[in-house]
Amino acid sequence: MLAYYLRLGLRSLRRNPVLTGLMIMAIGFGVAASMTTFAVFRAVSGNPIPWKSGQLFVPQIDGFGPTGRDPGDNGEPPDALNYQDTMALMRAHPASRQTALYPVAIAVVPADASKQPFSVSGYAVTTDFFGMFEMPFQYGNGWGANEDDKRASTVVISSKLNQKLFDGANSVGRNIVLDNRDYRIVGVAKSWDPRPRYYDVVNTSGFGDSPDFFMPFSRAIDLQMDTDGNNNCNKAPDGGWDAWLQSTCVWLTVWAELPDAAAVQRYRSYLDGYAADQKRAGRYNWAPNNRLRNVMEWLDHEHVVPQETKVSLLVALGFLVVCLVNTIGLLLAKFMRRSQEIGVRRALGASRREIYTQFLAEASMVGVAGGVLGLLLTAGGVYSIGLVFEPEIAALAHVDFGLIGLTLLVAIGATVIAAFYPTWRAAQVQPAWQLKSN
Amino acid sequence: MQIKPILAAMRHHRAGTVLIALQIALTLAIVCNALFIIQQRMARVSRPSGVDESNLFVIQNFWADQSSPQRIDAQMRADLLALRELGSVQDVAPANSFPMRGSGWDNFIKTTPDQIRSTLDSAIYFTDDHTLATLGVSLIEGRNFTSSEVGSQTPPDPMLASEVIISKALAQTMFPQGSALGKTIYVSGGNRPSTVIGVTDTLQAHTVANWMNEYAYNAVLVPARLLTDRTFYLVRSRPGQLAAAMRDAPKALFAQSRMRIINRKDGVMSFAQVRKAAYGRDVGMAILMGIVSLVLLAITAAGIVGLTSFWVGQRRKQIGIRRALGATRHDILSYFLTENLLIGITGVAIGAVLALGINLWMVTQFEMARLSLAYVAIGVIALLLLGQGAVLAPAVRASNVPPVEATRSV
Repeated sequence: MLAYYLRLGLRSLRRNPVLTGLMIMAIGFGVAASMTTFAVFRAVSGNPIPWKSGQLFVPQIDGFGPTGRDPGDNGEPPDALNYQDTMALMRAHPASRQTALYPVAIAVVPADASKQPFSVSGYAVTTDFFGMFEMPFQYGNGWGANEDDKRASTVVISSKLNQKLFDGANSVGRNIVLDNRDYRIVGVAKSWDPRPRYYDVVNTSGFGDSPDFFMPFSRAIDLQMDTDGNNNCNKAPDGGWDAWLQSTCVWLTVWAELPDAAAVQRYRSYLDGYAADQKRAGRYNWAPNNRLRNVMEWLDHEHVVPQETKVSLLVALGFLVVCLVNTIGLLLAKFMRRSQEIGVRRALGASRREIYTQFLAEASMVGVAGGVLGLLLTAGGVYSIGLVFEPEIAALAHVDFGLIGLTLLVAIGATVIAAFYPTWRAAQVQPAWQLKSN
Repeated sequence: MQIKPILAAMRHHRAGTVLIALQIALTLAIVCNALFIIQQRMARVSRPSGVDESNLFVIQNFWADQSSPQRIDAQMRADLLALRELGSVQDVAPANSFPMRGSGWDNFIKTTPDQIRSTLDSAIYFTDDHTLATLGVSLIEGRNFTSSEVGSQTPPDPMLASEVIISKALAQTMFPQGSALGKTIYVSGGNRPSTVIGVTDTLQAHTVANWMNEYAYNAVLVPARLLTDRTFYLVRSRPGQLAAAMRDAPKALFAQSRMRIINRKDGVMSFAQVRKAAYGRDVGMAILMGIVSLVLLAITAAGIVGLTSFWVGQRRKQIGIRRALGATRHDILSYFLTENLLIGITGVAIGAVLALGINLWMVTQFEMARLSLAYVAIGVIALLLLGQGAVLAPAVRASNVPPVEATRSV
């Protein structure tokens, strides 16, 4: 019977090609707009480390105080730490694993003099970085705590840099020259680039080029390597590297791995105790104002999802709703025009249920056609998204099986929902009334 | 035209009426907000930078060897001389940042050394005596730096700024009563005083980000070359020779020394490219909102055509009877136009409230301004006209129904 209804539906849809085309287009455009903007939203708002995002935390300590802040900051402490507070946290080590980090940029001068120097960017981190963020290795490993202490010239490089310098061969144990200094390679990372790059959303948008190398934090400080990211000072330091380290300028991030609620509680009370100590010592003359945020809270706090992405998703969803209202109207017109036919079918013994089935089958066909059109438009939309969003975000949006399935599901689901009211009206047609009027 | 019979007829196809009104309301709400977003974004994009963008480009240069500040300084001076000798180049200046770059150095500017509350932010541009001529920015008061006043410094050192030039906007904010010339201000974040020796015409800060909106045209020019791993050269080409200068300049730099990195991707950028990168999000958002609005209006118009056509088809007999009883074609036409107008007015009334509501909610969620009523008014008129336009074709068809239709009862 369903096959028969589908045939009937097809015939009815063919009878008014303009109306049918209009409905298919409305569904197609509405779904495509929603799905394209959703593809972008999904790309930027995802959880980069879902199995562990609740265990990784960023501590914030207020090194500026109430007078050093913009009044618009709502009392939030700065989103980075100064060197003194960072080192205090690293020494006390109140977490099972923790790392300090900051971005550094270095020039690579190839041994072959005919080749041009090029710049690489990376992070100064400590040994725990690799385990905490579960960075996979192609060759070798991260360095140990020992090398942090010895301030060793070791380095972990990305597979991309390994490809460029060593043609992808196992380069562990070999040396590379960065800024005229030798570094021993201890590990080559597998291509690893969580999106957003949650471990550093303070200095980046979270979506830029992936880092080329990682080096020991202690070594970078020894070499007086300036941060390649932001540095914010509430008062100007006296001048020179040491004065900068002593100053309240903020430019560092600390991450702590806290596996359970008790560990989080311990860390919080450590922070509060530390800030209270600083107040007693006269370094900070304000009440402790600390924060401890996990990955998703941190991404939210740092506004990693651009507001354009949210606004366009909302507008696109509104657009879909209008398309649905439009479809309801058109389906209603289409179904009610066939009141006589319905009356005859009912009089000949068709139950209301049969009428429902018949008209929902017809609507589903519109939904399928709209879904296919929507899919094509979504593919086109995602492909040309670079016209609207910035390149690094546009590059993240992609069409996959999930998106294809969702597009079809939304199209058919939306059309069937839109068809409920018109179908209900069709099923209410009184056979006697229709027959009598003729 | 009598409205009563129209209302009576509407009661017979209540669902369709409600759906059209609802569609008009939602469309109005979305289109008003979309148009408003477009206007806001385009207003941002059309802000002037104050510099002569058409002949200007910038070179981003990294020093490849771990140079001492002294060597960087020597190389910078040599580079500047070499670039100034090029035939296609009019002038060159070193820079730490420039308008629309997106990041750079900003400081709180104080009028007294012990001011605690920082209230005024400003871009800090490290410049030399060629900067104003290179950017094409004129002085409205005072004088330019002389070459002997230009020094050099590394970032951690105390700022060399006993003389500064400030932008018009900053001068007006700090000294609303009179001239800023000769006044003492504190630009380094510390207690070292600086004397204002000049005031420039409009000059934009280094970032167009929203947090800087209030200070978007505040700039302090400090007479020093900033010695860091990254150096920018602002280059002004001779008129019409931008492309040639953009080709010549990197070659001249590499001829000076090969120990530098000028990225292929963004090492040399014209100011047209700088502007495009700075406002890419805004332009993209405006394009997206424009597309959505157009498609939405088209779909709503098509929906009105569809439903009205159905009503006309349904009422052919009634129309025939009215015509037979003496109604003119014009009467029938105006019946459908008036019916649509009534539905439209209901729709836009709900839509206007909805538009304002959505905007109020967005203001709380996103950095967005209050919707001006002018946009709602424009939207209301546009949608009413759209409705009348959409209903015209079916209404004309209805008016062409012959009176004889009344006698054709199946």
